[in-house]
Amino acid sequence: MRMCRKAACLIGALALLPLHAAVAAEPSNALNYPGPAWSPYVVGAGIGVLSWLTFYFSDSPIGASSFYAQVSGFIGKLFAKRHTESLTYFKDNPPSVDWEFVFVVATIAGGTIAALTGGEFTNEWLPPMWVARFGESIALRVVVAFGGGISMAVGARLAGGCTSGHGISGTLQLNVASWIAVICFFIGGIAVAMLLFKL
Amino acid sequence: MPHSTVKSTARVDAVPKLLAGTIFGLAFGFLLQKGGVGKFNVLIGQLLLQDFTVAKVMLTAIVVGMVGIFTLHHFAKVNLHIKPTRIGANIIGGLLFGAGFALMGYCPGTAAVALGQGNWDAFFGMAGLVAGSWIFAELSGWTKRTIEKWGDLGKVLLPDLLHLRRGVFVVGFALTLTAIIVLLERFTTR
Repeated sequence: MRMCRKAACLIGALALLPLHAAVAAEPSNALNYPGPAWSPYVVGAGIGVLSWLTFYFSDSPIGASSFYAQVSGFIGKLFAKRHTESLTYFKDNPPSVDWEFVFVVATIAGGTIAALTGGEFTNEWLPPMWVARFGESIALRVVVAFGGGISMAVGARLAGGCTSGHGISGTLQLNVASWIAVICFFIGGIAVAMLLFKL
Repeated sequence: MPHSTVKSTARVDAVPKLLAGTIFGLAFGFLLQKGGVGKFNVLIGQLLLQDFTVAKVMLTAIVVGMVGIFTLHHFAKVNLHIKPTRIGANIIGGLLFGAGFALMGYCPGTAAVALGQGNWDAFFGMAGLVAGSWIFAELSGWTKRTIEKWGDLGKVLLPDLLHLRRGVFVVGFALTLTAIIVLLERFTTR
């Protein structure tokens, strides 16, 4: 029951968010902020070729979300080993340092290398577009990002993947599940983003 | 997994495989950052239908990836990795994912890039992803008995659904997606 009440409070607070912004600020325009350094077609083709390589050399599709499940499993085993091992998801997917785990850790470093070499390292706590809409409160951003992360992870695990695993690797294999999931990613995302930034 | 014994020690993949994963991950993060998709405004801009960078990157990756993977698969050089289609779970999970994506402003892969390029707010989103993964694990016994049973079609590809030969479908679909990319380039600002 207590958890239900907490969840209700969180959802209530998130529902107030668009209202707060609508009173405080103009609707956002994303094009006022910096775009990509390289052509999206060059990058897209590069990711396509990268997926050939990961399939050929590693027998693995590109994916990201299960990394977070692995981390949660490791933390769980640290504090409640038997309980963690009793959960259906971790029985089916025992936490391990596997290909996808190191892949995502390396993704962080790859982002750093690209940003530093391109003079795009930001070193900022809040994205400027967020500040223009919701103000300078870091606490507000932390709560919203954390809450969003929870919803996104539950969704990814239920749907079976994220924008990488379904959105790129699954769709390019013409997987029906992935096309349904990615269309729903955008339906849910567009609806909530419009409420937050356009109202 | 046929039985429910759980290994007590963490499994670690062989070192060469992990080394390859590291190199590919570096390349992935590098490309995503250069593509601008670690930027909050580019990702939210896509959801607001103002900035189409994400769609352009994804569609190009799908066309190039699809043609290569199905060619390699035809010559038995790679395995396909197909996740089962469970319509209920794909839809409900997809919508929850999307809502969270709009709130957080990054997705699981691009959050890693955002953190790498110095957007520290991504860290709290990543902490939320870890927490959410745990919450799902707590619920996973229930979801497996309920939501994941709704509309379970197993492993199925679009051409199977439409009773078309894979090769024919891949060529037709590549042309269709390319046409969409051309239209996007023509009618969008970014």
